[in-house]
Amino acid sequence: MNAVLDPIAALGRAALGLIKQAGALALFALEALSHLVRPPFYWRIFFSSLIETGFFSLPVVALTALFSGAVIALQSYVGFGQYHVQSAIAGIVVLAVTRELGPVLAGLMVAGRVGAAMSAQIGTMRVTDQIDALTTLSTDPMKYLVTPRLLAGTLALPCLVLVADILGVMGGFTVSVAKLGFSPSTYITATLDSLKTMDVVVGLVKAAVFGFLIALLGCYNGYNSRGGAEGVGSATTAAVVGASILLLLFDYLLTDLFFSQ
Amino acid sequence: MSTPPVSTPLGTPKIRIRGLHKAFGSKIVLDGVDLDVEAGTSMVIIGGSGSGKSVLLRCILGLIEPDAGTIEIDGENLLTASRSKQDALRRQIGMLFQNGALFDSMSVGENVAFGVRAKHSDRNGATPSRTQALQIAGGLLEQVGLDPSVGELSPSELSGGMQKRVGLARAIAGSPNIMFFDEPTTGLDPIMGAVIDGLIVDCVQKLGSTAIAITHDMASAQRIGNRAAMLYRGKLIWQGEASELMNSGNAMVDQFTHGRREGPITMELRK
Repeated sequence: MNAVLDPIAALGRAALGLIKQAGALALFALEALSHLVRPPFYWRIFFSSLIETGFFSLPVVALTALFSGAVIALQSYVGFGQYHVQSAIAGIVVLAVTRELGPVLAGLMVAGRVGAAMSAQIGTMRVTDQIDALTTLSTDPMKYLVTPRLLAGTLALPCLVLVADILGVMGGFTVSVAKLGFSPSTYITATLDSLKTMDVVVGLVKAAVFGFLIALLGCYNGYNSRGGAEGVGSATTAAVVGASILLLLFDYLLTDLFFSQ
Repeated sequence: MSTPPVSTPLGTPKIRIRGLHKAFGSKIVLDGVDLDVEAGTSMVIIGGSGSGKSVLLRCILGLIEPDAGTIEIDGENLLTASRSKQDALRRQIGMLFQNGALFDSMSVGENVAFGVRAKHSDRNGATPSRTQALQIAGGLLEQVGLDPSVGELSPSELSGGMQKRVGLARAIAGSPNIMFFDEPTTGLDPIMGAVIDGLIVDCVQKLGSTAIAITHDMASAQRIGNRAAMLYRGKLIWQGEASELMNSGNAMVDQFTHGRREGPITMELRK
Protein backbone atom coordinates (compact mmCIF):
# COMPACT_ATOMS: atom_id res chain seq x y z
CA MET A 1 0.00 0.00 0.00
CA ASN A 2 2.79 2.40 0.98
CA ALA A 3 4.58 1.63 -2.24
CA VAL A 4 1.60 3.10 -4.07
CA LEU A 5 0.78 5.97 -1.73
CA ASP A 6 4.29 7.21 -0.95
CA PRO A 7 5.10 8.43 -4.48
CA ILE A 8 1.69 10.11 -4.66
CA ALA A 9 2.29 11.78 -1.30
CA ALA A 10 5.74 12.92 -2.44
CA LEU A 11 4.21 14.31 -5.62
CA GLY A 12 1.58 16.12 -3.57
CA ARG A 13 4.21 17.60 -1.26
CA ALA A 14 6.24 18.78 -4.24
CA ALA A 15 3.15 20.36 -5.80
CA LEU A 16 2.24 22.10 -2.55
CA GLY A 17 5.83 23.32 -2.20
CA LEU A 18 5.71 24.72 -5.72
CA ILE A 19 2.41 26.50 -5.06
CA LYS A 20 3.80 27.93 -1.81
CA GLN A 21 6.89 29.19 -3.65
CA ALA A 22 4.77 30.73 -6.39
CA GLY A 23 2.60 32.46 -3.80
CA ALA A 24 5.60 33.79 -1.91
CA LEU A 25 7.12 35.06 -5.18
CA ALA A 26 3.86 36.77 -6.17
CA LEU A 27 3.54 38.49 -2.77
CA PHE A 28 7.18 39.57 -2.97
CA ALA A 29 6.57 41.05 -6.43
CA LEU A 30 3.39 42.82 -5.31
CA GLU A 31 5.11 44.36 -2.31
CA ALA A 32 8.03 45.53 -4.44
CA LEU A 33 5.69 47.00 -7.06
CA SER A 34 3.63 48.80 -4.42
CA HIS A 35 6.73 50.86 -3.60
CA LEU A 36 6.70 52.30 -7.13
CA VAL A 37 3.81 54.54 -6.14
CA ARG A 38 4.98 55.30 -2.60
CA PRO A 39 7.83 57.78 -2.24
CA PRO A 40 10.73 57.98 -1.82
CA PHE A 41 12.11 56.32 -4.94
CA TYR A 42 15.85 55.60 -4.98
CA TRP A 43 16.85 56.98 -8.37
CA ARG A 44 20.59 56.42 -7.85
CA ILE A 45 20.05 52.69 -7.26
CA PHE A 46 17.71 52.60 -10.27
CA PHE A 47 20.20 54.26 -12.65
CA SER A 48 23.11 52.18 -11.41
CA SER A 49 21.02 48.98 -11.93
CA LEU A 50 19.96 50.25 -15.35
CA ILE A 51 23.58 50.73 -16.39
CA GLU A 52 24.60 47.39 -14.86
CA THR A 53 21.75 45.51 -16.55
CA GLY A 54 21.59 47.37 -19.84
CA PHE A 55 24.93 48.88 -20.71
CA PHE A 56 27.28 46.26 -19.28
CA SER A 57 25.27 43.39 -20.78
CA LEU A 58 25.59 44.88 -24.27
CA PRO A 59 28.76 43.01 -25.35
CA VAL A 60 27.53 39.55 -24.42
CA VAL A 61 24.05 40.14 -25.84
CA ALA A 62 25.46 41.69 -29.02
CA LEU A 63 27.84 38.80 -29.68
CA THR A 64 25.15 36.21 -28.95
CA ALA A 65 22.69 37.91 -31.32
CA LEU A 66 25.28 38.39 -34.07
CA PHE A 67 26.32 34.75 -34.10
CA SER A 68 22.76 33.48 -33.72
CA GLY A 69 21.65 35.42 -36.79
CA ALA A 70 24.65 34.08 -38.69
CA VAL A 71 23.94 30.48 -37.64
CA ILE A 72 20.27 30.70 -38.63
CA ALA A 73 21.27 31.96 -42.07
CA LEU A 74 23.72 29.09 -42.50
CA GLN A 75 21.37 26.40 -41.21
CA SER A 76 18.44 27.73 -43.25
CA TYR A 77 20.54 27.78 -46.37
CA VAL A 78 21.38 24.09 -45.94
CA GLY A 79 17.82 23.13 -45.02
CA PHE A 80 16.02 25.29 -47.57
CA GLY A 81 18.43 24.19 -50.28
CA GLN A 82 16.62 20.84 -50.36
CA TYR A 83 13.43 22.63 -51.39
CA HIS A 84 15.10 25.33 -53.52
CA VAL A 85 13.67 28.14 -51.36
CA GLN A 86 16.93 29.76 -50.26
CA SER A 87 15.37 33.13 -51.02
CA ALA A 88 13.30 32.78 -47.85
CA ILE A 89 16.42 33.00 -45.67
CA ALA A 90 16.21 36.76 -45.09
CA GLY A 91 12.60 36.45 -43.94
CA ILE A 92 13.37 33.49 -41.69
CA VAL A 93 16.30 35.30 -40.06
CA VAL A 94 14.33 38.46 -39.33
CA LEU A 95 11.31 36.51 -38.11
CA ALA A 96 13.32 34.20 -35.84
CA VAL A 97 15.44 37.00 -34.43
CA THR A 98 12.70 39.53 -33.72
CA ARG A 99 10.10 37.09 -32.48
CA GLU A 100 12.17 34.55 -30.58
CA LEU A 101 15.95 34.56 -30.58
CA GLY A 102 16.45 38.21 -29.73
CA PRO A 103 14.31 38.24 -26.58
CA VAL A 104 15.02 34.67 -25.45
CA LEU A 105 18.79 34.66 -25.95
CA ALA A 106 19.20 38.16 -24.54
CA GLY A 107 17.03 37.10 -21.60
CA LEU A 108 19.07 33.98 -20.93
CA MET A 109 22.34 35.91 -21.16
CA VAL A 110 21.06 38.59 -18.79
CA ALA A 111 19.69 35.94 -16.41
CA GLY A 112 23.14 34.40 -16.19
CA ARG A 113 24.94 37.70 -15.85
CA VAL A 114 22.66 40.11 -14.03
CA GLY A 115 20.22 37.77 -12.25
CA ALA A 116 23.14 35.95 -10.66
CA ALA A 117 24.83 39.21 -9.68
CA MET A 118 21.64 40.62 -8.13
CA SER A 119 21.08 37.44 -6.15
CA ALA A 120 24.68 37.26 -4.94
CA GLN A 121 24.77 40.93 -3.98
CA ILE A 122 21.49 40.96 -2.08
CA GLY A 123 22.20 37.51 -0.61
CA THR A 124 25.55 38.68 0.74
CA MET A 125 23.82 41.72 2.20
CA ARG A 126 21.32 39.40 3.88
CA VAL A 127 23.86 37.05 5.48
CA THR A 128 26.11 39.91 6.64
CA ASP A 129 23.23 41.78 8.33
CA GLN A 130 23.39 44.67 5.85
CA ILE A 131 19.68 44.30 5.08
CA ASP A 132 18.85 44.39 8.79
CA ALA A 133 21.11 47.44 9.07
CA LEU A 134 19.02 49.16 6.38
CA THR A 135 15.89 48.51 8.44
CA THR A 136 17.50 49.94 11.59
CA LEU A 137 18.40 53.02 9.54
CA SER A 138 14.70 53.58 8.76
CA THR A 139 15.12 52.44 5.16
CA ASP A 140 12.74 49.84 3.75
CA PRO A 141 14.97 47.18 2.14
CA MET A 142 12.31 46.27 -0.41
CA LYS A 143 11.99 49.88 -1.50
CA TYR A 144 15.75 50.42 -1.52
CA LEU A 145 17.05 47.15 -2.95
CA VAL A 146 14.27 45.46 -4.89
CA THR A 147 11.95 48.04 -6.49
CA PRO A 148 14.65 49.99 -8.38
CA ARG A 149 16.16 46.74 -9.69
CA LEU A 150 12.78 45.44 -10.89
CA LEU A 151 12.12 48.65 -12.78
CA ALA A 152 15.65 48.71 -14.21
CA GLY A 153 15.37 45.08 -15.39
CA THR A 154 11.98 45.73 -17.00
CA LEU A 155 13.24 48.78 -18.91
CA ALA A 156 16.77 47.61 -19.77
CA LEU A 157 15.96 44.33 -21.48
CA PRO A 158 13.77 45.80 -24.27
CA CYS A 159 16.64 48.17 -25.12
CA LEU A 160 19.05 45.24 -25.23
CA VAL A 161 16.65 43.24 -27.37
CA LEU A 162 16.33 46.10 -29.84
CA VAL A 163 20.10 46.01 -30.25
CA ALA A 164 20.03 42.20 -30.42
CA ASP A 165 17.39 42.35 -33.18
CA ILE A 166 19.52 44.68 -35.29
CA LEU A 167 22.71 42.71 -34.74
CA GLY A 168 21.00 39.35 -35.29
CA VAL A 169 19.73 40.52 -38.66
CA MET A 170 23.16 41.92 -39.43
CA GLY A 171 24.71 38.53 -38.59
CA GLY A 172 22.39 36.83 -41.04
CA PHE A 173 23.06 39.50 -43.66
CA THR A 174 26.85 39.22 -43.29
CA VAL A 175 26.89 35.44 -43.70
CA SER A 176 24.35 35.48 -46.52
CA VAL A 177 26.22 38.11 -48.50
CA ALA A 178 29.83 37.19 -47.71
CA LYS A 179 29.55 33.42 -47.65
CA LEU A 180 26.36 32.33 -49.39
CA GLY A 181 26.54 34.71 -52.34
CA PHE A 182 23.34 36.73 -51.82
CA SER A 183 23.08 40.18 -53.32
CA PRO A 184 23.09 42.80 -50.52
CA SER A 185 20.24 44.80 -52.00
CA THR A 186 18.09 41.71 -52.58
CA TYR A 187 18.73 40.52 -49.02
CA ILE A 188 17.89 43.92 -47.52
CA THR A 189 14.74 44.21 -49.61
CA ALA A 190 13.63 40.71 -48.57
CA THR A 191 14.39 41.55 -44.93
CA LEU A 192 12.35 44.77 -45.03
CA ASP A 193 9.48 43.00 -46.77
CA SER A 194 9.38 40.34 -44.04
CA LEU A 195 9.84 42.74 -41.13
CA LYS A 196 6.58 43.38 -39.32
CA THR A 197 6.10 46.01 -36.63
CA MET A 198 4.02 43.55 -34.62
CA ASP A 199 6.92 41.07 -34.45
CA VAL A 200 9.29 43.69 -33.10
CA VAL A 201 6.75 45.07 -30.63
CA VAL A 202 5.85 41.63 -29.29
CA GLY A 203 9.56 40.84 -28.98
CA LEU A 204 10.01 43.98 -26.91
CA VAL A 205 6.97 43.15 -24.75
CA LYS A 206 8.47 39.72 -24.16
CA ALA A 207 11.78 41.35 -23.28
CA ALA A 208 10.12 43.60 -20.70
CA VAL A 209 8.44 40.58 -19.09
CA PHE A 210 11.70 38.63 -19.13
CA GLY A 211 13.61 41.56 -17.63
CA PHE A 212 11.06 41.81 -14.82
CA LEU A 213 11.24 38.04 -14.17
CA ILE A 214 15.05 37.99 -14.14
CA ALA A 215 15.26 40.87 -11.66
CA LEU A 216 12.42 39.41 -9.58
CA LEU A 217 14.04 35.98 -9.27
CA GLY A 218 17.46 37.51 -8.57
CA CYS A 219 16.11 39.77 -5.84
CA TYR A 220 13.75 37.18 -4.35
CA ASN A 221 16.36 34.46 -4.02
CA GLY A 222 19.00 36.85 -2.71
CA TYR A 223 16.59 38.47 -0.26
CA ASN A 224 15.57 35.10 1.17
CA SER A 225 19.01 33.51 1.24
CA ARG A 226 20.18 31.98 4.50
CA GLY A 227 23.23 30.24 5.85
CA GLY A 228 26.37 32.10 4.83
CA ALA A 229 28.39 31.56 1.66
CA GLU A 230 26.71 28.26 0.83
CA GLY A 231 23.27 29.85 1.13
CA VAL A 232 24.27 32.71 -1.15
CA GLY A 233 25.65 30.21 -3.68
CA SER A 234 22.42 28.21 -3.63
CA ALA A 235 20.36 31.38 -3.96
CA THR A 236 22.39 32.45 -6.98
CA THR A 237 21.95 29.08 -8.67
CA ALA A 238 18.22 29.13 -7.90
CA ALA A 239 17.94 32.65 -9.31
CA VAL A 240 19.53 31.73 -12.64
CA VAL A 241 17.79 28.37 -13.03
CA GLY A 242 14.43 29.75 -11.89
CA ALA A 243 14.65 32.79 -14.15
CA SER A 244 15.66 30.67 -17.16
CA ILE A 245 12.76 28.26 -16.68
CA LEU A 246 10.21 31.01 -16.05
CA LEU A 247 11.54 32.90 -19.04
CA LEU A 248 10.95 29.95 -21.35
CA LEU A 249 7.53 29.29 -19.81
CA PHE A 250 6.46 32.91 -20.30
CA ASP A 251 7.95 32.87 -23.80
CA TYR A 252 5.56 30.08 -24.67
CA LEU A 253 2.60 31.79 -22.98
CA LEU A 254 3.25 35.14 -24.67
CA THR A 255 3.82 33.51 -28.06
CA ASP A 256 0.54 31.65 -27.63
CA LEU A 257 -1.19 34.86 -26.62
CA PHE A 258 0.06 36.98 -29.51
CA PHE A 259 0.67 34.62 -32.40
CA SER A 260 -1.57 31.55 -32.12
CA GLN A 261 -4.48 32.34 -34.40
CA MET B 1 20.78 67.22 14.98
CA SER B 2 19.66 65.39 18.09
CA THR B 3 16.53 63.29 18.33
CA PRO B 4 13.73 65.23 20.01
CA PRO B 5 13.36 64.01 23.59
CA VAL B 6 10.47 61.61 23.97
CA SER B 7 8.47 62.04 27.14
CA THR B 8 8.21 58.82 29.07
CA PRO B 9 5.28 58.66 31.50
CA LEU B 10 6.48 58.90 35.08
CA GLY B 11 7.48 55.53 36.47
CA THR B 12 7.30 53.88 33.04
CA PRO B 13 10.48 52.12 31.93
CA LYS B 14 11.94 53.26 28.62
CA ILE B 15 11.66 49.66 27.41
CA ARG B 16 9.27 47.16 28.97
CA ILE B 17 9.04 43.58 27.75
CA ARG B 18 6.44 41.16 29.04
CA GLY B 19 5.93 37.48 28.30
CA LEU B 20 7.94 37.49 25.09
CA HIS B 21 7.84 34.15 23.28
CA LYS B 22 9.54 33.14 20.08
CA ALA B 23 10.05 29.68 18.61
CA PHE B 24 11.59 28.57 15.34
CA GLY B 25 9.78 25.34 14.53
CA SER B 26 9.99 23.19 17.66
CA LYS B 27 12.98 25.14 19.02
CA ILE B 28 11.84 27.61 21.68
CA VAL B 29 14.25 30.53 21.67
CA LEU B 30 12.45 33.01 23.93
CA ASP B 31 10.26 31.54 26.62
CA GLY B 32 8.33 34.26 28.42
CA VAL B 33 10.94 36.98 28.80
CA ASP B 34 10.06 39.89 31.12
CA LEU B 35 12.48 42.80 31.18
CA ASP B 36 12.39 46.47 32.20
CA VAL B 37 15.06 48.91 31.12
CA GLU B 38 14.85 52.29 32.81
CA ALA B 39 15.64 55.45 30.85
CA GLY B 40 19.33 56.27 30.90
CA THR B 41 20.29 52.74 31.94
CA SER B 42 22.90 50.66 30.16
CA MET B 43 21.62 47.11 30.38
CA VAL B 44 23.96 44.26 29.52
CA ILE B 45 22.43 40.92 28.63
CA ILE B 46 24.72 37.92 28.92
CA GLY B 47 24.14 34.30 28.03
CA GLY B 48 25.58 31.41 26.10
CA SER B 49 25.36 30.93 22.37
CA GLY B 50 21.79 30.16 21.34
CA SER B 51 20.31 31.47 24.59
CA GLY B 52 18.14 33.96 22.68
CA LYS B 53 20.04 37.22 23.21
CA SER B 54 20.23 38.23 19.55
CA VAL B 55 16.64 37.14 18.92
CA LEU B 56 15.50 39.35 21.80
CA LEU B 57 17.22 42.38 20.26
CA ARG B 58 15.86 41.55 16.83
CA CYS B 59 12.33 41.28 18.21
CA ILE B 60 12.63 44.78 19.70
CA LEU B 61 14.03 46.10 16.43
CA GLY B 62 11.15 44.56 14.48
CA LEU B 63 13.47 42.32 12.48
CA ILE B 64 11.77 39.24 13.90
CA GLU B 65 8.10 38.99 14.84
CA PRO B 66 7.59 37.41 18.27
CA ASP B 67 4.93 34.73 18.72
CA ALA B 68 3.49 36.30 21.88
CA GLY B 69 4.16 38.99 24.45
CA THR B 70 4.45 42.75 24.50
CA ILE B 71 7.32 45.13 23.80
CA GLU B 72 6.73 48.69 24.98
CA ILE B 73 8.86 51.71 24.26
CA ASP B 74 7.84 54.80 26.23
CA GLY B 75 4.68 52.96 27.24
CA GLU B 76 3.57 52.25 23.63
CA ASN B 77 3.22 48.61 22.63
CA LEU B 78 5.33 48.19 19.51
CA LEU B 79 3.54 45.06 18.41
CA THR B 80 0.02 46.53 18.33
CA ALA B 81 0.87 50.11 17.35
CA SER B 82 0.13 51.41 13.86
CA ARG B 83 2.87 51.02 11.27
CA SER B 84 3.71 54.73 11.39
CA LYS B 85 3.85 54.68 15.18
CA GLN B 86 6.09 51.61 15.11
CA ASP B 87 8.38 53.36 12.65
CA ALA B 88 8.47 56.47 14.83
CA LEU B 89 9.31 54.45 17.95
CA ARG B 90 11.99 52.41 16.19
CA ARG B 91 13.45 55.56 14.68
CA GLN B 92 14.73 56.34 18.17
CA ILE B 93 16.92 53.24 18.06
CA GLY B 94 20.53 53.05 16.87
CA MET B 95 22.12 49.65 16.38
CA LEU B 96 25.72 48.47 16.26
CA PHE B 97 25.83 45.05 14.63
CA GLN B 98 28.27 42.32 15.62
CA ASN B 99 30.22 42.49 12.36
CA GLY B 100 29.57 46.19 11.74
CA ALA B 101 27.20 45.39 8.85
CA LEU B 102 28.71 48.19 6.78
CA PHE B 103 27.37 48.52 3.24
CA ASP B 104 30.19 47.20 1.09
CA SER B 105 28.89 48.95 -2.03
CA MET B 106 29.61 52.33 -0.37
CA SER B 107 32.70 54.03 0.96
CA VAL B 108 33.14 54.40 4.71
CA GLY B 109 32.08 58.06 4.54
CA GLU B 110 29.01 57.19 2.48
CA ASN B 111 28.06 54.54 5.06
CA VAL B 112 28.00 57.10 7.83
CA ALA B 113 26.40 59.73 5.58
CA PHE B 114 23.66 57.19 4.78
CA GLY B 115 22.84 57.07 8.50
CA VAL B 116 22.83 60.88 8.64
CA ARG B 117 20.47 61.25 5.67
CA ALA B 118 18.21 58.31 6.58
CA LYS B 119 17.58 59.45 10.13
CA HIS B 120 17.21 63.14 9.28
CA SER B 121 14.85 62.61 6.37
CA ASP B 122 12.57 60.71 8.74
CA ARG B 123 11.76 63.67 10.86
CA ASN B 124 9.97 65.71 8.22
CA GLY B 125 12.89 68.10 8.35
CA ALA B 126 15.10 69.04 5.44
CA THR B 127 17.28 66.11 4.41
CA PRO B 128 20.93 67.16 4.37
CA SER B 129 22.45 67.20 0.89
CA ARG B 130 24.94 64.46 0.05
CA THR B 131 27.83 66.89 0.57
CA GLN B 132 26.46 68.11 3.89
CA ALA B 133 25.89 64.53 5.05
CA LEU B 134 29.47 63.62 4.14
CA GLN B 135 30.72 66.61 6.16
CA ILE B 136 28.64 65.53 9.17
CA ALA B 137 29.94 61.97 8.65
CA GLY B 138 33.52 63.28 8.86
CA GLY B 139 32.73 64.78 12.26
CA LEU B 140 31.15 61.53 13.43
CA LEU B 141 34.21 59.57 12.31
CA GLU B 142 36.36 61.92 14.38
CA GLN B 143 34.03 61.37 17.32
CA VAL B 144 34.80 57.64 17.22
CA GLY B 145 38.53 58.25 16.95
CA LEU B 146 38.99 57.92 13.20
CA ASP B 147 40.55 60.41 10.84
CA PRO B 148 37.92 61.82 8.46
CA SER B 149 40.17 60.74 5.55
CA VAL B 150 39.18 57.15 6.40
CA GLY B 151 35.83 58.09 4.87
CA GLU B 152 37.28 57.64 1.40
CA LEU B 153 38.22 54.01 2.01
CA SER B 154 36.07 50.99 1.32
CA PRO B 155 34.85 49.01 4.38
CA SER B 156 36.87 45.97 3.26
CA GLU B 157 40.07 48.01 3.66
CA LEU B 158 39.44 48.48 7.39
CA SER B 159 40.43 46.29 10.33
CA GLY B 160 37.69 44.73 12.49
CA GLY B 161 38.12 47.40 15.15
CA MET B 162 37.87 50.21 12.62
CA GLN B 163 34.76 48.64 11.10
CA LYS B 164 33.16 48.57 14.56
CA ARG B 165 34.01 52.26 15.02
CA VAL B 166 32.48 53.12 11.65
CA GLY B 167 29.41 51.06 12.58
CA LEU B 168 29.20 53.04 15.81
CA ALA B 169 29.53 56.35 13.95
CA ARG B 170 26.69 55.28 11.63
CA ALA B 171 24.56 54.15 14.60
CA ILE B 172 24.91 57.48 16.42
CA ALA B 173 24.34 59.51 13.24
CA GLY B 174 20.69 60.02 14.17
CA SER B 175 21.47 60.81 17.84
CA PRO B 176 19.28 57.92 18.99
CA ASN B 177 17.50 57.79 22.35
CA ILE B 178 18.02 54.04 22.51
CA MET B 179 21.13 52.15 21.44
CA PHE B 180 21.62 48.43 20.92
CA PHE B 181 25.01 46.76 20.77
CA ASP B 182 25.26 43.19 19.49
CA GLU B 183 28.45 41.65 20.89
CA PRO B 184 30.47 44.81 20.33
CA THR B 185 33.88 43.34 21.23
CA THR B 186 33.61 39.96 19.49
CA GLY B 187 36.62 39.31 17.28
CA LEU B 188 38.67 42.18 18.70
CA ASP B 189 41.87 42.02 20.73
CA PRO B 190 41.49 43.01 24.41
CA ILE B 191 42.93 46.49 23.92
CA MET B 192 40.73 47.26 20.93
CA GLY B 193 37.79 45.77 22.84
CA ALA B 194 38.44 48.20 25.68
CA VAL B 195 38.71 51.08 23.20
CA ILE B 196 35.36 50.19 21.62
CA ASP B 197 33.76 49.84 25.05
CA GLY B 198 35.10 53.27 26.00
CA LEU B 199 33.66 54.79 22.83
CA ILE B 200 30.31 53.13 23.48
CA VAL B 201 30.17 54.48 27.03
CA ASP B 202 31.16 57.97 25.79
CA CYS B 203 28.55 57.97 23.03
CA VAL B 204 25.76 56.68 25.28
CA GLN B 205 26.58 59.26 27.96
CA LYS B 206 26.90 62.12 25.49
CA LEU B 207 23.54 61.30 23.90
CA GLY B 208 21.87 60.45 27.22
CA SER B 209 20.63 57.26 25.58
CA THR B 210 19.23 54.09 27.06
CA ALA B 211 21.38 51.15 25.97
CA ILE B 212 21.07 47.39 25.68
CA ALA B 213 24.21 45.42 24.91
CA ILE B 214 24.49 41.68 24.50
CA THR B 215 27.86 40.11 25.04
CA HIS B 216 29.84 37.05 26.11
CA ASP B 217 32.72 39.22 27.24
CA MET B 218 32.55 39.77 31.01
CA ALA B 219 35.14 42.56 31.03
CA SER B 220 33.16 44.36 28.34
CA ALA B 221 29.88 43.75 30.19
CA GLN B 222 31.23 45.42 33.31
CA ARG B 223 32.70 48.34 31.38
CA ILE B 224 29.55 49.08 29.37
CA GLY B 225 26.70 48.25 31.73
CA ASN B 226 25.31 49.52 34.95
CA ARG B 227 22.59 46.85 34.96
CA ALA B 228 22.89 43.25 33.81
CA ALA B 229 20.68 40.26 33.10
CA MET B 230 21.30 36.68 32.05
CA LEU B 231 19.33 34.65 29.52
CA TYR B 232 19.44 30.87 29.68
CA ARG B 233 17.43 28.68 27.34
CA GLY B 234 15.13 31.55 26.45
CA LYS B 235 14.38 32.60 30.02
CA LEU B 236 15.71 35.54 31.98
CA ILE B 237 17.20 33.81 35.02
CA TRP B 238 18.87 36.75 36.76
CA GLN B 239 18.88 40.56 36.82
CA GLY B 240 21.05 42.81 38.94
CA GLU B 241 23.75 45.44 39.00
CA ALA B 242 26.51 44.95 36.44
CA SER B 243 29.03 45.28 39.27
CA GLU B 244 27.54 42.11 40.82
CA LEU B 245 28.09 40.03 37.69
CA MET B 246 31.16 38.20 38.95
CA ASN B 247 29.62 37.57 42.34
CA SER B 248 25.90 37.35 41.76
CA GLY B 249 25.06 34.56 44.18
CA ASN B 250 23.27 32.75 41.33
CA ALA B 251 24.97 29.44 40.56
CA MET B 252 24.28 29.65 36.81
CA VAL B 253 25.45 33.23 36.48
CA ASP B 254 28.58 32.51 38.50
CA GLN B 255 29.39 29.45 36.41
CA PHE B 256 28.94 31.47 33.21
CA THR B 257 30.84 34.57 34.29
CA HIS B 258 33.76 32.55 35.67
CA GLY B 259 33.76 30.15 32.72
CA ARG B 260 33.56 26.99 34.82
CA ARG B 261 32.96 23.66 33.10
CA GLU B 262 31.17 22.17 36.10
CA GLY B 263 27.90 23.62 37.31
CA PRO B 264 24.18 23.71 36.65
CA ILE B 265 24.64 24.83 33.02
CA THR B 266 25.23 21.83 30.81
CA MET B 267 26.45 21.95 27.24
CA GLU B 268 23.85 20.98 24.69
CA LEU B 269 25.71 18.77 22.28
CA ARG B 270 22.64 18.18 20.17
CA LYS B 271 19.15 19.54 20.50
